[in-house]
Amino acid sequence: MTLMETTTTQPRETRNMLLNVGPSHPAMHGVIRLVTELDGEKVVKIDAEIGYLHRGFEKSCENSTWTQAMPYTDRLNYVSPLINNFGYCGAVERLLGIEITERCKYIRVLMSEVSRITDHLTCIAACAMELGAMTAFLYLMKAREYLYDIVEDVTGARLTVSYGRIGGVKADLPEGFPEKLLSALKQVERELADVDKLLTRNRIWIDRTRDVGVLTKENAINYGITGPLARAAGINYDVRKAFPYLVYERVEFDVPLGERGDTYDRYLVRMEEMRQSIRIIRQGLQDLPGGPIAVDAQGQVIESFDLVDEAKLGHTAGFANVTSTVDPTLDGTEKRFQARMAPRDRSVILPSKEDTYGNIEGLMNHFKLIMDYHGIHPPAGEAYFPVEGANGELGFYVVSDGKDRPYRVRCRPPCFFNMAGLHTMLEGYMVADIIATFGSINMIAGELDR
Amino acid sequence: MTEAAEDHPGFFTSRLERVIGWARRYSIFQYPFVTACCGMEYMSTASGHYDMDRFGAGLPRFSPRQADVLFVVGTISHKMAPVLRRVYDQMCDPKWVVAFGVCTCTGGFYDNYATVQGIDTIVPVDIYIPGCPPRPEAVLDGLIKLQEKIEKQKQLSYPNVRELKLAEEMADATASGSRPGSRKR
Repeated sequence: MTLMETTTTQPRETRNMLLNVGPSHPAMHGVIRLVTELDGEKVVKIDAEIGYLHRGFEKSCENSTWTQAMPYTDRLNYVSPLINNFGYCGAVERLLGIEITERCKYIRVLMSEVSRITDHLTCIAACAMELGAMTAFLYLMKAREYLYDIVEDVTGARLTVSYGRIGGVKADLPEGFPEKLLSALKQVERELADVDKLLTRNRIWIDRTRDVGVLTKENAINYGITGPLARAAGINYDVRKAFPYLVYERVEFDVPLGERGDTYDRYLVRMEEMRQSIRIIRQGLQDLPGGPIAVDAQGQVIESFDLVDEAKLGHTAGFANVTSTVDPTLDGTEKRFQARMAPRDRSVILPSKEDTYGNIEGLMNHFKLIMDYHGIHPPAGEAYFPVEGANGELGFYVVSDGKDRPYRVRCRPPCFFNMAGLHTMLEGYMVADIIATFGSINMIAGELDR
Repeated sequence: MTEAAEDHPGFFTSRLERVIGWARRYSIFQYPFVTACCGMEYMSTASGHYDMDRFGAGLPRFSPRQADVLFVVGTISHKMAPVLRRVYDQMCDPKWVVAFGVCTCTGGFYDNYATVQGIDTIVPVDIYIPGCPPRPEAVLDGLIKLQEKIEKQKQLSYPNVRELKLAEEMADATASGSRPGSRKR
């Protein structure tokens, strides 16, 4: 039998092609490996391999004190680090059974929403860029810069902020914060309107995203998917509404819901959520409690390093009531802010800088909280505290055995569940749709792999 | 080319060196190997507000074969390390590596079982930009330092050419039976 006869008489064997996407793929942000099985251009099967950015978050937390774990939480979802900070703080506070001050609650809500906007901006920007819409990317990055300026103003860092503290926040808001934030929001709104014009009714954008990467309601529930993905699929679940924390029950906002659960819906949900976040911030700024700052009766101002020098020499007679200026990085931690910022619990909150530098009780209190084996000691027990992260329910489950270090810190990262359900959104579509769908999921490797 | 000529290049050769150096300095095609948090600052640096394009580094190439500067942006875990090495090996000479962020410089505060303690254990690094993550200004500073390094380095013979020569010598030496490398001294 010749070769010719073989090929004509017998059906040819066809096999699916294996295509490896990632972990360092040009059109995908985040490190994940998708082992894709293709039939022609159609995706038959997707196998996602994760763990390329495993940095040992949970183990590292066990080796640090309760406060020292804060920087690790920054780097979970590094697009919205403030929400992680506050989530972790909330869990430990629940364990300690302390209530933070009203002003701190409002600050946390304000900064969480700023973070949420930066996260959604980044997600849409990256997704648009990967589909070739470079202009939208640049516009959204520009909008993000305005918010980073605000974050830097408040926390001292642009990205990895470590702004949360157990029992409060690092420092009070800087002067002129409401005006700055409002003007930044105006800029962001303008950029959003521009992007809205560029994308929402754009033929190419709609063709690439409409009815692509559909996540059904059932799958969303089965895989435990929350956040914008679930809401785009029509599931009305938002931790801010379902289990209100901080002061979310006092502000008015809507939860946008999608109908089809496709990539386009996810885009619309994110756009609307940003507008709702802006709405929350505007209300929060109006209600922000605080009143005038208590000014010291004597009104004396001494540089902090002079204060230390004098104190070393024992010249502390007039120090009880002085206001000292502190290093700019400690701005907002002075005594005049302390009263409205911190609960009166000396076993949790650092004393004001005047007290630390100016009197022995303050100094001792400071060292008792800072030194190894002396810091915060939550009672033995466990607590879970969920917050609405930018990608969904972000929960921290902390276990204490009564020591100064966490026995266990478990994080429920929303991305992990999104990735578990990833294959249901990709299978049955074209190869090119992987990029669009994956972009709209906003996978953050730091949070996924921890 | 004899060894004497290599040590004292002629007028034309030195002019050529400078022209190539100038051209290379302002035509950096980077490959952003983005893994983690630093990617956010990389995006900020690359987009309009800080604008890397001012320094001739505005076009990231997402294929290692088209790029000549490898930006390693973010933590490299042991699982990711072979991928990084492979990307580096795929790049054509001349190539440079920038360690972006403290995780790539030293492992940063991830001093644990999962993280590579500095990418210079895997690939040679030209510029280290510390910071967790570095501010865009720091990135631009690092970029300018890299440009200076690129301009000042010897353009016409790369380390690999030297390696090739050495390999040739060794092959010759083994063929003739003498000890390799002894001729040079």
